[in-house]
Amino acid sequence: MTKLGAGVPDSIQGSVVRRGDLVFRRLAKGAGLAVLVVLAAIAGFLVWRSVPGLRANTANFLTSTAWFPDQSPSRFGIAAIAFGTVVTAALALLIAVPIGFGVALFIAFYAPPKLATALGFIVDLLAAVPSIIFGLWGLQVLMPHLGGLQRWLNDHLGFIPIFHNSLGIYTKSLFVAAVVLGVMVLPTVSAISREIFLKVPHSNVEAALALGATRWETMRMAVLPFSRPGMISAAMLGLGRALGETIAVALILSALNVVNWHVTEPGGNTFAANIALGWNEAGPIGLSALIASGLVLFVLTLVVNVVARSIIWRRAEFHEGL
Amino acid sequence: MAKRIDITNVSSYYGKFEAVSDVSLRIEPNAVTAFIGPSGCGKSTLLRTLNRMHEVVPGTSVTGEILLDGENIYDDTVDPVNVRRTIGMVFQRPNPFPTMSIYENVAAGIRLDARRMPKSELDGLVERSLQAANLWNEVKDRLKKPGASLSGGQQQRLCIARAIAVEPAVLLMDEPCSSLDPISTLAIEDLIDELKNNYTIVIVTHNMQQAARVSDTTAFFNLAGIGQPGRLIESAPTALIFSTPGQKATEDYISGRFG
Ligand SMILES: Nc1ncnc2c1ncn2[C@@H]1O[C@H](COP(=O)(O)OP(=O)(O)O)[C@@H](O)[C@H]1O
Ligand SMILES: [Mg+2]
Repeated sequence: MTKLGAGVPDSIQGSVVRRGDLVFRRLAKGAGLAVLVVLAAIAGFLVWRSVPGLRANTANFLTSTAWFPDQSPSRFGIAAIAFGTVVTAALALLIAVPIGFGVALFIAFYAPPKLATALGFIVDLLAAVPSIIFGLWGLQVLMPHLGGLQRWLNDHLGFIPIFHNSLGIYTKSLFVAAVVLGVMVLPTVSAISREIFLKVPHSNVEAALALGATRWETMRMAVLPFSRPGMISAAMLGLGRALGETIAVALILSALNVVNWHVTEPGGNTFAANIALGWNEAGPIGLSALIASGLVLFVLTLVVNVVARSIIWRRAEFHEGL
Repeated sequence: MAKRIDITNVSSYYGKFEAVSDVSLRIEPNAVTAFIGPSGCGKSTLLRTLNRMHEVVPGTSVTGEILLDGENIYDDTVDPVNVRRTIGMVFQRPNPFPTMSIYENVAAGIRLDARRMPKSELDGLVERSLQAANLWNEVKDRLKKPGASLSGGQQQRLCIARAIAVEPAVLLMDEPCSSLDPISTLAIEDLIDELKNNYTIVIVTHNMQQAARVSDTTAFFNLAGIGQPGRLIESAPTALIFSTPGQKATEDYISGRFG
């Protein structure tokens, strides 16, 4: 009997290892391992290089606001920069997330097709603008214009501690840095969440409309629940960018290591800006101290991501096979 | 309460393209009306025109008049959202909300209502809707499971339960069985037969036998050629249209399909 092409196998017995499968499996496993190894290597490097500084430190590393690692005795702590980092990143997200989601919803569901394309293009473009540009723009253009808003906040909402300003100076504040960060993160959040919204099955949107849902009810019923994991991811990527942003913050803040709840007053500092500004003048202990602060930032972002993941997985049953 | 629909000189457009041309037809309450005809002749378009889902597609338009118990649903003073609450719809492919449980899927439409319903009342309504959709016995022990975890036929009955939970006057079904196996199809056909006691039902189907089995009135649509609008050829009691069709085109279509 002649066989055409490969034909049927002579027997279905025997297990064959197919080369393509094998190569792919090894590649996938290798890539996965490589990521873990790189992460572990970074963590290991950070720990190893922070030990000398932490040994020399005579202040409490977690609660001290001082940053004088190269003096003797060496004194430094992350309280102020951790405070500045968390406050600016949180405020930035508070600004960027609602507006970013709103813009994305508008592009995905409300805007007429031509406008949607144009807006989407602009948002993508903004997301790719380097942070130094945002920093310069924030310093030159935004900061002078934010004085009025901050004064208004003090005059009308000054009873809320974070808006109180007893100096009457409204430049170089954590608030200004947070707004610039917010503007910077906004296109990132918006670009990603728009992609997420566009993935919502059209059939579910129609199902909601056919039930007599208004546009907004359709968003709440079919769009937002479906997009929730992606929206959290978009916010987390924005948060990551805000937490780690160096140059824009360094340009704007007058680096002052204080914990000051009056966020519209000048001063404050962040992990990334502190490292960028301090690196060149630092001695050996100073470098080690900066690396120790980098380790904390590393752990902070890790924790943020784990928390985000666990929120996403909580209702995994409802997102299987989507 | 089932309601009558009077369609007068209705044409539906996608942009400049006329998909359905000049249809006039009366749809009786408490009866099943089937739309049949070759694919592309505008059955789905006309169906979506009946509950103002057609205008959800950008660039579309409708001319003519559609009266729901005498009230023009295209009147300027009419809110399309209210039209869709009164005229429910079941789609070709089952589309339960994937992020919701079986229970939440059925309750979805009820929860849109501004008035808050006590939990016990909602429970009862969900149960009755699932019972009416012949799904209750299969899902009563797993109401909290995702709607998407059901089989295709069960999902479609879930969608029917969701549509009837808001107690519409009319139920539109666009080829509701086309993605289902024969057993699920029979289950849904039995269900349609029961539902007509309470609703006006319009069903689009490409399956002649199904039209013959479930409908009281059959409307046959055809189109002269590609790019031509679909037109209503004739509409008559189902028994009549399948035994002695009035038009040659209807006879050709029916006999062609029956072989
Ligand atoms: N969303 C749409 N945009 C443009 N044309 C459409 C759209 N949906 C349907 N059509 C066109 O309208 C005509 C009728 O389609 P349809 O109502 O789906 O027919 P049927 O349901 O009878 O198969 C077809 O020519 C189809 O190509
Ligand atoms: Mg169709």
